[in-house]
Formats: sequence, C-alpha cells, structure tokens
Amino acid sequence: MKTDIILAGVGGQGILTIAATIGMAAVNKNLYLKQAEVHGMSQRGGDVQSNLRISDKPIYSDLIAKGSADIILSVEPMEALRYLPYLRKGGYVITNIVPFNNIPDYPDTETIMNRINELPDKIALDADQIAKDTGNARASNIVMLGAAAPFLGLSIEELEGGIKSLFGRKGEEVVEMNIKALHAGYDFAKSKM
Amino acid sequence: MQKLLLLGDEAIAQGAIDGGISGFYAYPGTPSTEIMEFVQHSKEAKEKGIPCVWSANEKTAMESAIGMSYAGKRAMAQMKHVGLNVAADAFVNASITGVNGGLIVVAADDPSMHSSQNEQDSRFYGDFALIPVLEPSNQQEAYEMAYNGFEISEKYNVPVLLRVTTRLAHSRAGVETSDKKTQREMSLPKDPRQFVLLPAIARRNYKRLLEMQASIKQASNESKYNKYIDGADKKTGIVACGIAYNYLMENFDGNCPHPVVKISQYPIPENHLRKLRSECESILVLEDGYPLVEKELRGFFNEGITINGRLNGVLPRDGELNPNIVAKALNLPFGEGEAIPEIVKNRPPSLCMGCGHRDVYNAMNEALIPYGDGRVFSDIGCYTLGALPPFNAINSCVDMGASITMAIGAADAGLVPAVAVIGDSTFTHSGMTGLLDAVIKNSPIVVIISDNSTTGMTGGQASAAKGRIVNICKGLGVDPDHIRVLNPLRKNHAENMAIIQEELAYNGLSVVIPQRECIQTAIKTKKAALKS
Ligand SMILES: Cc1ncc(C[n+]2csc(CCOP(=O)(O)OP(=O)(O)O)c2C)c(N)n1
Ligand code: SF4
Repeated sequence: MKTDIILAGVGGQGILTIAATIGMAAVNKNLYLKQAEVHGMSQRGGDVQSNLRISDKPIYSDLIAKGSADIILSVEPMEALRYLPYLRKGGYVITNIVPFNNIPDYPDTETIMNRINELPDKIALDADQIAKDTGNARASNIVMLGAAAPFLGLSIEELEGGIKSLFGRKGEEVVEMNIKALHAGYDFAKSKM
Repeated sequence: MQKLLLLGDEAIAQGAIDGGISGFYAYPGTPSTEIMEFVQHSKEAKEKGIPCVWSANEKTAMESAIGMSYAGKRAMAQMKHVGLNVAADAFVNASITGVNGGLIVVAADDPSMHSSQNEQDSRFYGDFALIPVLEPSNQQEAYEMAYNGFEISEKYNVPVLLRVTTRLAHSRAGVETSDKKTQREMSLPKDPRQFVLLPAIARRNYKRLLEMQASIKQASNESKYNKYIDGADKKTGIVACGIAYNYLMENFDGNCPHPVVKISQYPIPENHLRKLRSECESILVLEDGYPLVEKELRGFFNEGITINGRLNGVLPRDGELNPNIVAKALNLPFGEGEAIPEIVKNRPPSLCMGCGHRDVYNAMNEALIPYGDGRVFSDIGCYTLGALPPFNAINSCVDMGASITMAIGAADAGLVPAVAVIGDSTFTHSGMTGLLDAVIKNSPIVVIISDNSTTGMTGGQASAAKGRIVNICKGLGVDPDHIRVLNPLRKNHAENMAIIQEELAYNGLSVVIPQRECIQTAIKTKKAALKS
C-alpha cells in the first residue's frame, strides 16, 4: 500500500496533530513514512501544508509530486482548493467547511462551497459542529482525521492506536474524547459513501 | 539499535548526541532551529550535562564551539544559511586553526526562501574554507553524518560543514540509531600555538590545510555517501546531490535507467564523475541550491560534452527542486491535477491579533504623519510583517541589525529624523554595536526596540535581551532622559503616540522601548503554569 496525503490549513490551526496521529499509527504498523512540515514564517496565519506519505515500501521524495496525491485533507475550505494541482485523478478531497477568514479579500462562503461541491470525489463536513456535539469543541482536527479514515489505508483501530500513542501521556479521558471525535468523523464519511 | 521518527534536524541532534558531542551552540533560524530545541528537550542531553543554551548570535555560537574544540571535546554550531554570513569570520579562520576535538558546523539552507531573505548555498562556504562538506539525502544519512562527522573532523584536522535544506530539515522519517560513543576528555592541543593565527603561524597552518586537500578529496572518492550506480541508458548520465537524489528516484520508483552519481560528500568525487563522463553522452546535474557542482563540471570537463542543469535553463535557475521539476528535465510525462481555482486568494502571514507590535506600529505611524513616508528602517522578526497592509509601516529589512545602522547612514544623508524598528532578540544579536555607533555620533534617530521578551518569529525561543534592554542602552551611553519605556496596549495609544512624537522632535539619539510579552509565549507560559 501507498498513500500520499496533503494536509492543508492555516498557520495555527494545528494540522500537525493530524499528521502526528497518522504518523504514529503508521509507525506502530511498521510502515515507512515521510512527513514534510512547514515551520517558520507562514505559521503566523499564512497558508500551511504538510506532505504526508506512508507506504509498505521505502519512500524516496519528501515532497508529493503534482497530480499524484491520493487525498487532500483540509481543515479549511479555501485551503482545500489551493492544492488541487497535487490531487491525482480519482483522489479524494476531505474538507472542513468552516472558513478561517483572516484576509480582507476572502471569497464568500457560497462561492467556495459551490466549487467544492463541483469536485467529483469529496467529503465536506462541519467538523467544528460535529466536535461540539461530541462534547469536545477543540477536537475538530480529529473529527477531520476520522472523516479521512476510510481512505488512508489504515484501519480505524490502527488510528485509535495512533491516538493512544500520541495522547496517552495526557490521560485516559483525553484519549477517550479524541477516539469519540475520530468515530464521529468516520461515521459521517461512511454515511456519505 | 533503536528506530525513531525524527525530523532531519532532530536526526542531526540525536546523531551528535550519540556521536559523543559535549556542546551545542546556536542562534535560532529557520530551518535550523529544531536541532537545538530537540537537544533542549532531550532527557539524555540533560543527564549528560551537554550545554545547549541559545547564544546571542551565530558568531558567538561558532566561537564557543571552536573554544570547546580547542579544549579537546566535540562541539557543534548550528545556524540558518544567512547565520553563516554572521559567523563567517570565525568559520573561515577555524579551517586555518584546525581542530582539537571534532567540530561540525550545520548550515540549514532555505532554497525557495520559505522563511528567508535569500537562498544562498552554504556549500560554497565549505569550498571557500577548503573543508569537507556533508549533504545528507535523507534523515538516516543526516543522523549518520552527525554521528560520524566528528571523526572526519578530527582525522583531517578541519571543521566539517553539514549542509541541509528546508525539506530535509523539516521532514520526518524513521531513523535507526547506533551505539553511543563516549564523550572525549578535556585535553589541550598538542601544539600550544595551533590556534594563534599570527601571520607566521597562519602561513604554516594554511600550508598544512592545502597539503591536506589531497586526502580530503580522496575521502570523497571513497565515501560511502557518494556512489556510482550504473544504468543501461547512457545517453544521459545524472549527477544527483543531497535530496535531489530522492526526487530522481521518486520518478523511477527506485530504478533509474540512467547511470547516476549520487553525491553527499564534497569536494566532488572525481573518480565517479570521470567514469560518468567517459560512459555518457551528456550529463544532467540535479542539485538543490546554486549550480555549484554544475559549474565545477563545466570547468572540469571542458571538453565539449553537454552538461544540463540550472546554468543552461534545463532546470530553473532559482527555487528548490521537486519531483515535477526533475521529471520535466528528464522529459518524463507527469500528470498535474486541476489548476488552482481563481477564487482561491493568497493568505500571507500576518501579525497575530493582539500582538504588541501592532500597537507599536499604530502609534508610530500616527506620530510620523507630519514627517512623511520612507524613513523607517526595520529589521528581521515578526515585526517585519509591519511592511504589509494594513500597516505599511517600514521601508527596509536587509539583515539582522541593519535597522539602526541604516538609520544612522540615512540621517547622515539628511533624512532626519530617521527611525529604526528592531526586536529585542535582534537587538542583542547585532543591534547593540550599531547603537554604540549612534551614541558616539549622537545621531538624530529614534530607535524603537519592540520588546516582546522572546524570539517570536522562530517560535518563541528565549531571548538574550530579556530584562536587560534598558540597562544595555544606559551602559552603551544613551542619555537616560531619552530612553522611554512604554506599554503597547490600545488603551495607551494616545500616550504612546505622544512619547514617540516627542522623541521624533528631539535632535539627537532616542531609544523608545515598548514592552509587552508576545501573546503566543504568554499563552504557553500560562498553560505550563496551569499544569504545574
Ligand atoms: C543572521 C540571521 N539569523 C537568524 C535569522 C532568523 N530570524 C529571523 S527573525 C529572528 C528573531 C527575531 O526575534 P526578535 O528580534 O525578538 O523579534 P520578534 O520575532 O520576537 O518580533 C530570527 C532568529 C535571520 N533571519 N538571520
Ligand atoms: S508570535 Fe508573538 S511577536 Fe509574533 S506576531 Fe504573534 S504575538 Fe506578535
């Protein structure tokens, strides 16, 4: 198996938590992994992405080539569209629909949603609301991870393992809340497939 | 043997720890910062008592590392590429002194300028200093090069330059570690005058360095990091340096049909390159950064063979490589997804909401209205984002420390008053000497040291300036009546504006010090306090 994922968002939205969870799950499964992150200047509210590659064979490039990503996983709708040149034919876009508006010329939400709805293979969800419904408003990232779960080449149990490895130090309660968020996202995606 | 998931930067740190290092010296700078941060969080480094406190700037870091090497122990100095400019005097001379304990200098380059003001290629510094340069192609090699680099340094009696680029520095992969080496005991150099670069001694040392070159070249020929990998299609031979090797292999799923010379240790391995030259009709050079190898080959093979690369436009002259650029240079087909929809807007970085720099700029802009535009010299840090709307507040950002000194020169030319805006960490990095110049001339400038008690831009590292700025200014001789401390909050706007106005009207040197902690570090501190 080989899955190339572009994680997208805005500096400060915490896409690296998603990357770290997938990374943990992949490492627990003895898969190869490369994950290129953006640090520095753009973390101040600019657009940020992370290239995450997992495979059962050695991986060469740290960067994903254009036209070859299997998944764009975005925690912000406009940012999902920014990386379309990287998506392969038949690849999935999984995006949160809650805009992060920190620029004067941010397009109106309807224009963005129309464009997202035109994509052939997508899952769009209000991860903020779903996270709130699970009782943990701060877990929208993990909800997004759950929504991507059917496409990652990792099972939901393996992702739960990743959450346990990553959040284990913070205590049982934190682990449980995140696993709940993971399943909420997962169930949403399943219902749309 | 243990398998860890590490950033390239972290692999370097762990490699050095396992390789018997006794001291890390660095000033923050993207993409090198995570090396020191990893050490600062490492239990093992703590237990071993390995020094890992941020230095005031790259030059002081480099010199401290040279001092540890003098005393017989293994040391590393880490910095971003432009930091090596600051440390260059010490760096170049360290190749003349040679080493006692092994010395590795890490330069992290930033092709495509993700977070930098240029994309200079540090390999040229290695060439300039006549020392071996190591350029890992992946995280495992980064680990090994830090682990083994001290011995290379000790064997050839020179510092070793370890060059990485952003992609490797900030990309995570599995790394297998090796057995831990013990630290060296303190010991003085055998020759007590080795480090005394008086001309007579320097000339002798320099001859020794020149004589060593043949062995250093031979080491490249024999290095396990340099390889000749044969291929059937000899129309084109490929030279792939550092991580460019990965982009090449990515395109062929690991089986390149062309002969390839992989280079990760410099000077260039002449044996492999001669072989490639004799077997292939043309050569394509893939290197992230400037065309260093390509230039050498053009001189080296000056025999009419076609050499393709950045210099003849087969690859773009600037910017980092990626799998697509490499595919294009090889005429390989590659798919591209849909274009970016037009509705997608740029999202430039900006000052955080509530950041004190915002209030500083609002007050300064208003105070400057009577004087007109074009007189604010700034520096490097979060506050450089004041160049963008809505502030449009600053007119320069050249190199760290340049705000105060450029204001001095501009004021000499008649631009009075001139204003300098500098951050606290940048001030202690290289602003203090400039301020002394201004004191001596009593330059009619207003220096605004926007003090947020941290090194914000690079992620909130400790600032050497914290709690010291007022005393430093007094100690340098600034008139205490014109040292004005203020609190940059919206509710103090009118008062702050008036203070800046007063100092603009003063025909001499003033220092205005707005002090309020960076909100990002303030949040972190609060969270940490809640936990304990
Ligand atoms: C020679 C050099 N070293 C390091 C850097 C990386 N760098 C950019 S800004 C900065 C620190 C800025 O800190 P400060 O002046 O306190 O401003 P703040 O970001 O906190 O506003 C650093 C270390 C650089 N650009 N040039
Ligand atoms: S990180 Fe700190 S200094 Fe930088 S913009 Fe944010 S609040 Fe301001």
